[in-house]
Amino acid sequence: MKNKTTRAAILTLSCLLTSMAALTGCGASGGGSNGEVIVYNWGEYIDPETIEMFEKETGIKVVYDEFETNETMFPKVESGAASYDVVCPSDYMISKMIAADMLAELNFDNMPNAKANIGAQYYEQSRGFDPDNKYSVPYCWGTVGILYNQTMVEEPITNWAQLWDEKYADNILMQDSVRDAFMVAEKLNGFSMNTVDPDELAVARDSLIEQKPLVQAYVIDQVRDKMIGGEAAIGVIYSGEAIYTQRENPDLVYVIPEEGTNIWIDSWVILKDAPNKENAEKFIDFMCRGDIAVKNFEYITYSTPNDAARELIEDEDIRNSEIAFPDLSQYDNLEVFVYLGEEGDALYNEMWKEVKSN
Amino acid sequence: MRNAARKVYIALIFIFLYAPIVTLMVLSFNASKTRAKWGGFTLKWYSSLFQNRDIMEALVNTLLIAVISSLAATVIGTIACVAMSGMKRRTRSVLLGVTNIPMLNADIVTGISLMLLFISFGFRFGFGTILLSHITFNIPYVILSVMPRMKQLNPSTYEAALDLGASHMTAFFKVIFPDLLPGILSGFLMAFTMSLDDFIITHFTKGAGVDTLSTKIYTEVKKGIKPEMYALSTIIFVTVLLLLILVNTAPGGKNDNKDNKEQ
Amino acid sequence: MTSKSKWLSAPYVLWSVVFIIIPLGMIFYYGLTDKTGAFTLENITAIMTAEHRKALWLSLLLSLISTLICFLLAYPLAMILANMKVSQHSFIILIFILPMWMNFLLRTLAWQTLLEKSGVINSVLTFLHLPNINIINTPYAIVLGMVYNFLPFMVLPLYNALSKIDENVINAARDLGAGSVHTFFRIILPLSVPGIISGITMVFVPALTTFVISTLLGGSKILLIGNVIEQEFTQASNWHLGSGLSIVLMIFIILNMIASAVFDKDGEGGIL
Repeated sequence: MKNKTTRAAILTLSCLLTSMAALTGCGASGGGSNGEVIVYNWGEYIDPETIEMFEKETGIKVVYDEFETNETMFPKVESGAASYDVVCPSDYMISKMIAADMLAELNFDNMPNAKANIGAQYYEQSRGFDPDNKYSVPYCWGTVGILYNQTMVEEPITNWAQLWDEKYADNILMQDSVRDAFMVAEKLNGFSMNTVDPDELAVARDSLIEQKPLVQAYVIDQVRDKMIGGEAAIGVIYSGEAIYTQRENPDLVYVIPEEGTNIWIDSWVILKDAPNKENAEKFIDFMCRGDIAVKNFEYITYSTPNDAARELIEDEDIRNSEIAFPDLSQYDNLEVFVYLGEEGDALYNEMWKEVKSN
Repeated sequence: MRNAARKVYIALIFIFLYAPIVTLMVLSFNASKTRAKWGGFTLKWYSSLFQNRDIMEALVNTLLIAVISSLAATVIGTIACVAMSGMKRRTRSVLLGVTNIPMLNADIVTGISLMLLFISFGFRFGFGTILLSHITFNIPYVILSVMPRMKQLNPSTYEAALDLGASHMTAFFKVIFPDLLPGILSGFLMAFTMSLDDFIITHFTKGAGVDTLSTKIYTEVKKGIKPEMYALSTIIFVTVLLLLILVNTAPGGKNDNKDNKEQ
Repeated sequence: MTSKSKWLSAPYVLWSVVFIIIPLGMIFYYGLTDKTGAFTLENITAIMTAEHRKALWLSLLLSLISTLICFLLAYPLAMILANMKVSQHSFIILIFILPMWMNFLLRTLAWQTLLEKSGVINSVLTFLHLPNINIINTPYAIVLGMVYNFLPFMVLPLYNALSKIDENVINAARDLGAGSVHTFFRIILPLSVPGIISGITMVFVPALTTFVISTLLGGSKILLIGNVIEQEFTQASNWHLGSGLSIVLMIFIILNMIASAVFDKDGEGGIL
């Protein structure tokens, strides 16, 4: 009798679980007449209108979700819990995902715009993390630099070392993501931003700890609002925010620090177990269309690798702007992040925690 | 003199509690997009609010999840209470102990444990997983408000009904249910409130493209809150305030309310 | 009735097993294994590393301070409320519950606006030619956020316990010559212990484990144990370590529960 009850209980239990799983699966699917595509992108990194245009033109419903940093994106995608189709990670994260066998090879025949409109030099640059250009289509690129408020500093800011100047105590905003924060300290000390040498990392960590009392806050996208509002004098920021912030507050200036900095590309990739691969390719190709890419450029103001879009920019000042499209050949100390391997990642996480808990 | 001191004290705490809320309300009329600047008075966020698809979707999700989860929790919890009253003391206290876990445990642990469950069993994260999680943490609130009523019941009335030929169902709905009703209602309301205000558990169990107001706000915090969000919260707050004033001043509403508001 | 109740309790028992017991089991499973699935205690002992110890210590410190402040603020308040005329009860209590209907994150965020360097409070202070306060992104701001968010959880159980005290007991004490201080310490305070205990629990546990308040008001400069656990899951994707630290956190919660069970045997306290 007892045995029977336990067996019955286990049976109902497994039934309950599977049916629930099925139920939640059903609940999320459906959507447009031509199915859906699930997109996982950075926050504020697309003009919502382009999504609506895509839905209207193709009849594909876009399920759109946002992440803040590469590091928060990865575990969500890796766990497979949310089954995304298209993701927009940065360079080093793409090579991490390739290494983890998470990405699907792209069929560029289905994406004529991606083939034609994206500048060849960007595909060349992508080889650093995607050696055969098989997995990724560049979406935005830029540098990491310093944004400062002219009225709040005594002299022009030109280098990372000034972020350690006690004059600016409580007026500095740092990036709250491990690689960007360490990049600043590594460049300050003259190391590679891809070092995994524990001694060099320890020096960088100590620099960050030393700087911490001067830092007002570690933030991500909030840098923008806080700088516009005059909450801080100096902030570490992505180049793409320079145009927008300057428009809102003319006192703000963006500089690439003398010690060198990070140059990055964020690219579209499709996940290996994406449920809607075809729609995903359609989505990426749509975003590569010149008229769409220019819309996105004007909305998010991040540099676009899309040559067709650049020609469509009406404002000549912006089309030739040194901020939006810098000539990077004049810098010889720009570096691309590379994936550091599992141990390297663990080391950085450990050190970052030590900075934060100090 | 003592009376005045008391009033001052209450007033101070009152200011402490309401200063942020007033701030939010003021911000909802701020023409400037950033929190930092006052750009003049405007009502535009109130009109653009209803055109904002994301916020409206999040609002609908929040309400749907709150209603469905608190209803489900009320049904499951009430049945559980009836069942538990017929149990041996020890079985009952074990079961009640388990019931208390989601309420006493840290939200972050509850959220993570559910996330691990859903991942291991291959659930697809989305509306469904949020709903299941909310039902789970809502049930204890229902049980805790129904159980005391259950204890006060006189079991012989139920047996008398049975002796007089009523079926178990009829006996339950005619005899027990009316006595439990205040407890059930207050449990429901509390579950509803908890579901509405939850962020942490939703944060760990939500999936792609499904947001409640809380998770929406959390992502917006990082990149700058849209002023429509202030407008929406102001509307919700004022609505609740009006409802509560109405219920409170309406004759006969007071006793029920005493149970309800204690969350 | 017994067989009937077994059948009736089935849905709930099943639900508890699937959504409470099994998930907790999984935390223990992950917390006690490493990436290869072998048994290890490393994730638990990891709490002893300098940065985790610091985070835990700071969490304990801040949550204890917040609990204490909540108690000191709430007790007089609850006494005043409990002594009010009955007709005003519900309305006044409501006023203290109402803020909870504004979203918790927004309420906390509003404090950011109030406390910022060029925020509302400082603008007012500057206008009055008073020195500015600069507590945003410090532990003080986090304590303030905790007190603000959890104060109602302290007020309610205290109020419930205090309003249950029979006035005749107090009057009897007075008649027998006890002064008000004496009455307070010998009668009122002991009788309100169940409320105190449950208020402490309701404030201490969420304060100890929060990661939201420290993120919003601490400028991500201050790492609490809740932040560490959250980041292990959402950034470092080290579920084993995250689970291990959660187990450690649960030990403190269980200690708190045992303490409250000892002091409040009949379960009289509570917000219900």
